[in-house]
Amino acid sequence: MLAKRIIPCLDVDHGRVKKGVNFVHLTDVGDPVAIAAAYEKQGADELVFLDITATNEKRPAIVDTIEKVAGQVFMPLTVGGGIHSVDDMQRLLKAGADKVAVNSAAVRDPSLISAGAEKFGAQCIVLAIDSKWDPKKQRYTVYVNGGREATDLDVIEWAKQGVAAGAGELMVTSMDKDGTKSGFDIPLYQALTAAVRVPIIASGGCGKITDFNDVFKQTDVDAALAASVFHFGEFTIPDVKAALKKDGVTVR
Amino acid sequence: MIAIIDYDTGNTRNVKKAMDFLAIPNTLSADPDVILKADGLILPGVGAFGKAVEALKARELIPVLKDAAQSGMPILGICLGMQLLFDRSFEFGETAGLGLIPGEVVAIPENLGVKVPHMGWDQNQVTQSDPIADGFDQQATYFVHSYYVKTKPQYILAENDYGIKMPSIVRNQNVIGMQFHPEKSGRIGLNGLAAFKELVSNGNYSRN
Repeated sequence: MLAKRIIPCLDVDHGRVKKGVNFVHLTDVGDPVAIAAAYEKQGADELVFLDITATNEKRPAIVDTIEKVAGQVFMPLTVGGGIHSVDDMQRLLKAGADKVAVNSAAVRDPSLISAGAEKFGAQCIVLAIDSKWDPKKQRYTVYVNGGREATDLDVIEWAKQGVAAGAGELMVTSMDKDGTKSGFDIPLYQALTAAVRVPIIASGGCGKITDFNDVFKQTDVDAALAASVFHFGEFTIPDVKAALKKDGVTVR
Repeated sequence: MIAIIDYDTGNTRNVKKAMDFLAIPNTLSADPDVILKADGLILPGVGAFGKAVEALKARELIPVLKDAAQSGMPILGICLGMQLLFDRSFEFGETAGLGLIPGEVVAIPENLGVKVPHMGWDQNQVTQSDPIADGFDQQATYFVHSYYVKTKPQYILAENDYGIKMPSIVRNQNVIGMQFHPEKSGRIGLNGLAAFKELVSNGNYSRN
């Protein structure tokens, strides 16, 4: 049986990890290699690197970062942020990324998903979706450009369309929950896992250990992603896995 | 020297990075002379079976790999590289493989109630003790595949349970396959690559 995956997410701004990591005494709290190695030691199942570099001129730095991390840390690496073309995907995969996540660019041009899946295989292509509940329309709406801009798309329909186009996995962030530390968005993931059969990563809202138990017990998601709770050492990945194991959830 | 077959497939450079990290002498090559003079071979692979066979054919590597196997050289196929070692695959129509281990590659059935692809960390159970497999018993490694190998138990060293039992490590004398990615499976995976290097160094194989 597959283990449920626990995934720390690192925000990278031209080659440096932002929101420094201080759960271990790193001499350089922004060094992606040292942080990745520390998370590998903790038993992270995968790492997500989100390139938050604002300017396209400085964008190539993430390629160099992945190249370095992949030479020292041997676990699955996913990269998202600023991926606009098959060439962008190729550069990152060649540098050592195992998967690339597309978000706004795929909304603008859904053929980016199929082009990537055809060239590299569906297992390489993650569709990242930012979701916000619309109480008027009674549905989840897709947001783009870092959550700043609403689209006309329904999250569930967009997820289905993305999977049909060749996305091998979905990474869905609940903007309603993100930053609240009030737990993952259970109804959102129940709806998504009922709609598509590819693996789904839940993201946004994690504040305490039992939030992981809740999302894995109450939904069929495959992985859960968190950032600050791990970076700031509020609890550790072994803490989470011990709690999950006690609750009968398969972990590595 | 271990040659990593370079035929434009996804995980080639990550396999090289893992070998470099372990300080195991290795080279990326599609040159028949280099390949046939190597002490051991690694055949990586990600993507579709048919495309990979086409890429090997375009580089005229199919007879080279068969000759190397026939000579007794240790060969390790990884992920799709393992599937290529078998007789044939039914991914997008029937395609002949290298035929170095008897068996065929079929789709993971959709009626098992499991998600396809089989993607993530899954536990291995060793079914036959072997220096290549022993370190993986009851250990999780990282898998990504939608097709699996059907072969006789005598060629299976380890398997995992995903609704059905699927071989995770296979061996036919000097020809070995790992369905998971040892280059992405942390220390456990690196140990597997080191075990292959030991086998290459010891000449601990035979071609009866």
